[in-house]
Amino acid sequence: MDDKLKIGKYEFNSRFILGSGKFSLELIKSAIEEADAQIITLALRRAYTGEVENILDYIPKNITLLPNTSGARNAQEALRIARLSRELGCGELIKIEVISDSKYLLPDNYETIKACELLAKDGFTPLPYMYADLYVARAMRDAGAAAIMPLAAPIGSNKGLCAKEFIQILLNEIDLPIIVDAGIGSPSQACEAMQMGVSAVMANTAIAEAKNIALMAKAFSLAIKAGREGYLAGLASASEAKASSPLTGFLRD
Amino acid sequence: MQDFMQYLPHMQEIKSDILDKVLFEIQDYDEAKFSSKDVEKALNSTHLSIENLKALLSSAAEEFIEELAFKSSKTKIKYFGNSISLFTPLYLSNYCNSKCVYCGFQKGNKIARAKLNEYEIHQEMKAIAKTGLQEILMLTGEGREFANVEYIAKACAIAKEYFKVIGVEIYPMNEDEYKILHENGCDYVTIFQETYNPLKYSKIHLGGEKRIFPYRFNAQERALKAGMRGVAFAALLGIDDFRKDALATALHAYFLQQKYPHAEISLSVPRLRPIINNAKIHPKDVSEKRLLQVLCAYRLFLPFAGITISSRERIGFRDEVIKLGATKMSAGVSVGIGEHSGEKKGDDQFEISDERSVEEILTMLKNANLQAVMSDSIYVG
Repeated sequence: MDDKLKIGKYEFNSRFILGSGKFSLELIKSAIEEADAQIITLALRRAYTGEVENILDYIPKNITLLPNTSGARNAQEALRIARLSRELGCGELIKIEVISDSKYLLPDNYETIKACELLAKDGFTPLPYMYADLYVARAMRDAGAAAIMPLAAPIGSNKGLCAKEFIQILLNEIDLPIIVDAGIGSPSQACEAMQMGVSAVMANTAIAEAKNIALMAKAFSLAIKAGREGYLAGLASASEAKASSPLTGFLRD
Repeated sequence: MQDFMQYLPHMQEIKSDILDKVLFEIQDYDEAKFSSKDVEKALNSTHLSIENLKALLSSAAEEFIEELAFKSSKTKIKYFGNSISLFTPLYLSNYCNSKCVYCGFQKGNKIARAKLNEYEIHQEMKAIAKTGLQEILMLTGEGREFANVEYIAKACAIAKEYFKVIGVEIYPMNEDEYKILHENGCDYVTIFQETYNPLKYSKIHLGGEKRIFPYRFNAQERALKAGMRGVAFAALLGIDDFRKDALATALHAYFLQQKYPHAEISLSVPRLRPIINNAKIHPKDVSEKRLLQVLCAYRLFLPFAGITISSRERIGFRDEVIKLGATKMSAGVSVGIGEHSGEKKGDDQFEISDERSVEEILTMLKNANLQAVMSDSIYVG
């Protein structure tokens, strides 16, 4: 079955995106080998070059790096970081993170919309990290976002789909890939998100914190695939039992 | 003697109720009232209240050090993963006009005094940058007449040529002065309150600008108002009741973060150390176990905050607490003047216990499957 994840002009076979903030060599290795992740996010502020080894040394060249603007507190800073990222050869695909609350690390939707506009005009393919808000998602789409990345729950919380109802609204209304970013804490939650029809799931903490990282990476991979296939298969309604044979076949006219 | 609560003429007063809030909480804090049940309740909470914090800092929590360390390490992983930030302090000057009885730099103490000139600052920074470090913390003694704002601003501008992250740990300044430093590349301001007990504070800060308790307390707020990205806090544990001082430190940071949500907050957990001409200076009751208790309580109460572990502590302790809750450590440390690029020309502030080079620290981190973070910042200006 040809079921590729399409983001702008890019195509991927895997729907598992690995966050790299909670760095672990084992995590990166397992995510690639066990979970077939093809995209790894990377905070540009952590991507230094030079003699000192850093995270880039551990990511294979065939993996797509998704740089983010982590550290930006407003749209202008996000633009500047994106441009630096492009100068470093990271291409135009960029995840927008604009955060000005250092306590919960929640995204600033208002500044993120502005960042989307600025970055799209500057030739980037922006993927904004945001709260699931329909108006905001529409504005981001209109500004040139290539995908929308709502958080499921606060970052690192492992609480799962707290924002499920609102993510569902985005799925209903926004004709762009919806990628669940932040808060997913278990394979079952990742599966549930995929069953809803989201295009991909990003995870980091849930795997980094596992006792057996490799096994958890694999579990996520299977869950994401299962959820995707469940979605494509079309889920039966759970609201009421239905007769398996037509009840009204006797009618004539 | 100068009234320790009375601002000097050149000191800026700002409107803030944070000092009152902190003093109210510590005045009221009777750690003996907390039981094992209170500690268990705190350990089971997902979002810690001030009461929970008080329980975790109490004597009753000492019995739960394993549970505390476990939860702290999980929280650290959740918020920071395996990353450990590295930096080194650079002492620009050890001249001082303050008389603080626990400090090697105090006025009147017979030590070799020195101050780096611009050429020497370049030399020192070049040598530090060669090690791969990208974050520097510049320090001076207390006293603007020995290292004035222009001198420190110049040092910041020089630092910008070599480093990505620039912080200062110097005497408290007014907002407009912090602005000058910020314009010259400084983004982080560290001020240790030493002790939050005003009476004790007045008894050990016998003279000089440092004697003015509220001016020091409000320094972080003035720094944030001036545009600084982050501020750091600490009490020098062992000077007074370390439980009250730890509580006050955490609450100082907490109330400030509530008022300035964008502020990047970090904490340190320094203990007293022997100093030149006074080997008796030593933490009386802050054992390693208790130090770890404080560190873990900070981690659980302020899970998003950076926590720095000082090179005052021994290697074995530092290498373990970076797995249990600390997120930042110094490397390649010299607390004397001029030692990075050549011969030391000024004496040390205190004795350090971890003299490992940056390379040695990097090897240790790698062996522990931890990732060194040289910079978590990027210049966008």
